[in-house]
Amino acid sequence: MAYSDKVLDHYKNPRNVGSLDKSSPDVGTGMVGAPECGDVMKLQVKVNPETGVIEDAKFKTFGCGSAIASSSLATEWLKGRTVDQALHIKNTDIVNELSLPPVKIHCSVLAEDAIKAAIGDYKNKRNAAKPEAVAVS
Amino acid sequence: MKLPIYMDNHATTPMDPRVFDVMKPYFTEVFGNAASRNHSFGWEAEEATEKARKQIADLIGATPKEIVFTSGATESNNLALKGISEMYAERGNHIITQVTEHKAVLDTCKRLEKEGVRVTYLPVKQDGLIDLDQLREAITDKTILISIMYANNEIGVVQPMQDIGKIAKEKGVLFHSDAVQAVGKIPVNVMADGIDLLSLTGHKLYGPKGCGALYVRRRNPRVQITAQMDGGGHERGMRSGTLNVPGIVGLGAACEIAKREMAEESKRLSFLRDKLKNKLMTELDEVYINGSMEHRLPHNLNISFAYVEGESLLMGINDIAVSSGSACTSATLEPSYVLKALGAGDDLAHSSIRFGIGRFNTEPEVDYVSNKVIDVVRKLRELSPLYEMAKEGVDLSKVVWAAH
Ligand SMILES: Cc1ncc(COP(=O)(O)O)c(C=O)c1O
Repeated sequence: MAYSDKVLDHYKNPRNVGSLDKSSPDVGTGMVGAPECGDVMKLQVKVNPETGVIEDAKFKTFGCGSAIASSSLATEWLKGRTVDQALHIKNTDIVNELSLPPVKIHCSVLAEDAIKAAIGDYKNKRNAAKPEAVAVS
Repeated sequence: MKLPIYMDNHATTPMDPRVFDVMKPYFTEVFGNAASRNHSFGWEAEEATEKARKQIADLIGATPKEIVFTSGATESNNLALKGISEMYAERGNHIITQVTEHKAVLDTCKRLEKEGVRVTYLPVKQDGLIDLDQLREAITDKTILISIMYANNEIGVVQPMQDIGKIAKEKGVLFHSDAVQAVGKIPVNVMADGIDLLSLTGHKLYGPKGCGALYVRRRNPRVQITAQMDGGGHERGMRSGTLNVPGIVGLGAACEIAKREMAEESKRLSFLRDKLKNKLMTELDEVYINGSMEHRLPHNLNISFAYVEGESLLMGINDIAVSSGSACTSATLEPSYVLKALGAGDDLAHSSIRFGIGRFNTEPEVDYVSNKVIDVVRKLRELSPLYEMAKEGVDLSKVVWAAH
């Protein structure tokens, strides 16, 4: 299969590889996928609690080149957004940006899930820390 | 050293230039139809195909009359299984095979099942070999055929042919073997192995694609098959169709070279394979060999690099042609059924790479490949959340994954 130039670029020069301290209250961690399915993504965001802006994002991915590229791209897009803006990133945006073929769409879905999981984890931590601030939903 | 390096010789082999040289005149000057009985054009073509028949027979310990030319091993397997089921339908309707066969056998069996044939798919042990006791127990008075491949195309594991042949003989059951990966690589002898039908193909032994053969035993017992292709009654009525003379000449030449050079070549290839294996295993942790190392083709290495996904590894070694059992590299998006059958877990199937070293690979190429693989595996492990977790002491088998 031929890969798009953008997938190749993210594969060769993955952005924001690494790990943040998952025990920090400002860090949200999302881990999605399963080894027996052939892909696992870990995506982390570090949020400024005052502004709600994502100041740092890191990933590690076990998966094919498209999965690596999807998560690498996600970290690029996350930085500088607020957590609520981050939730607007759709898998189709990733598909378009990376020109993923149909068989690789699940990689983009996984990246969207990882974003949601990381933001969800961050929000849970915040809510647990400040129970009085919990919005009823 | 020229890049890219081809090291996927279980998928196909490059044609040996010596084979091509022998084939050349049969495309143009010697173009006759081997079935033309009344002029020299036909005679010349026939002489060439008969020479090839002997070259093939000599390589596998058969006689020329026992060789039926086909378009390749897919056809040979189809012809053997369907031809036997049909011919021996009155004697029984049960076939025994194994789960790690090539699709050309498995899907033929599926078809036969729809037509009322009962098929037993023997499991394999963790080393990829079948259990002979299970084979014995599976045989019933309705069993007409055992079909077990000689050597597996993914893990290179060589089945105990002689033992299977003995069991088949004891029980009066015919024995077919898809020997595509073994013929020309390790000694194959239909007499010593007790094989009644055997499939082989040109393009796995440095010969042409689209040309293969089925060995059909003529004595002790005399095996008969029902033709699956109707027409002019070529190949003693077993396979109609004008013979592919250049292809057959090439297949014959490839067999002759293999017979002459096999002993030497297999030594060289197993040295290179072991060098590759040892280097990978000393430089990297958590690499696992898939299938028996002891009962294995000399040129095969199938190895899993834990915590690294196969397709991403292939992407990093894109100047080396090998293949992976990862789901991402297969049309079905399923990891290799052969590796799954070993029971080591799907994650290791996703992380597997198959190296098939061939006649034209050199030692510097093998060194280049091992260095490159080591580099890329290390880089991908830096990127792998699983490797990180494993290093932190997390037992990955106990993690509850958010599977999708
Ligand atoms: C074990 C085995 N059987 C059968 C085949 C099919 O052979 P052919 O390509 O000649 O049809 C192959 C190769 O693709 C193979 O590896």
